[in-house]
Amino acid sequence: MPGILEAVLDILSIIFLILGLFFLFVGTLGLIRLPDVYNRLHATTKCDTLGAGLVLLSMALQSNIAIGIRLGLLILFIVITNPTAAHIIAKAAYNTGIRPQLKGRTSDD
Amino acid sequence: MSLDQALNLLYNIGAILVMLMIFMSLFRALAGPTAADRVAAISIIGTKTLVIITLIARIYGQEYFLDIAMVYALMSFITTIGVAKYMEKGALD
Repeated sequence: MPGILEAVLDILSIIFLILGLFFLFVGTLGLIRLPDVYNRLHATTKCDTLGAGLVLLSMALQSNIAIGIRLGLLILFIVITNPTAAHIIAKAAYNTGIRPQLKGRTSDD
Repeated sequence: MSLDQALNLLYNIGAILVMLMIFMSLFRALAGPTAADRVAAISIIGTKTLVIITLIARIYGQEYFLDIAMVYALMSFITTIGVAKYMEKGALD
């Protein structure tokens, strides 16, 4: 029954696409609303990695094997490089003297 | 409307929504109080641009756009590393 399989793949693609767009939106909202650079990195890195991975997975379910392998490589690349970039940005911010905001405590550690 | 047409419509709407999210992120790159905020916003914009490139590859059916997306991801990562190192050391040596 190829018709039922295609329908199931289409529905899975729609679900993954909507979930990925939701996570991308939540990450952008965190980038705008949160008060500190470490909070912003914390929100955007994880949400953007998951959102982009879900959108690309939604397209990989619709495609043939050649495009699927390329989208899988892109997902792997995003999952490796996005937390690395956030780590390097946070390390540079800490070494240039930006301290995290701690409520009610002194923040020079 | 069949499922296939609904999926194509959703990919178009998703590309427009990700473009609006890029404009929202651009606010932080414009008004961030420190340089690290701006670098983080530019890194996030790079990831969202990659998503837009792959969505456009699906919408227009041009599969070689995916190779361009790979090269764009590599360039965005190296740019982020270079700017962060420059911000940390004050020089690129």
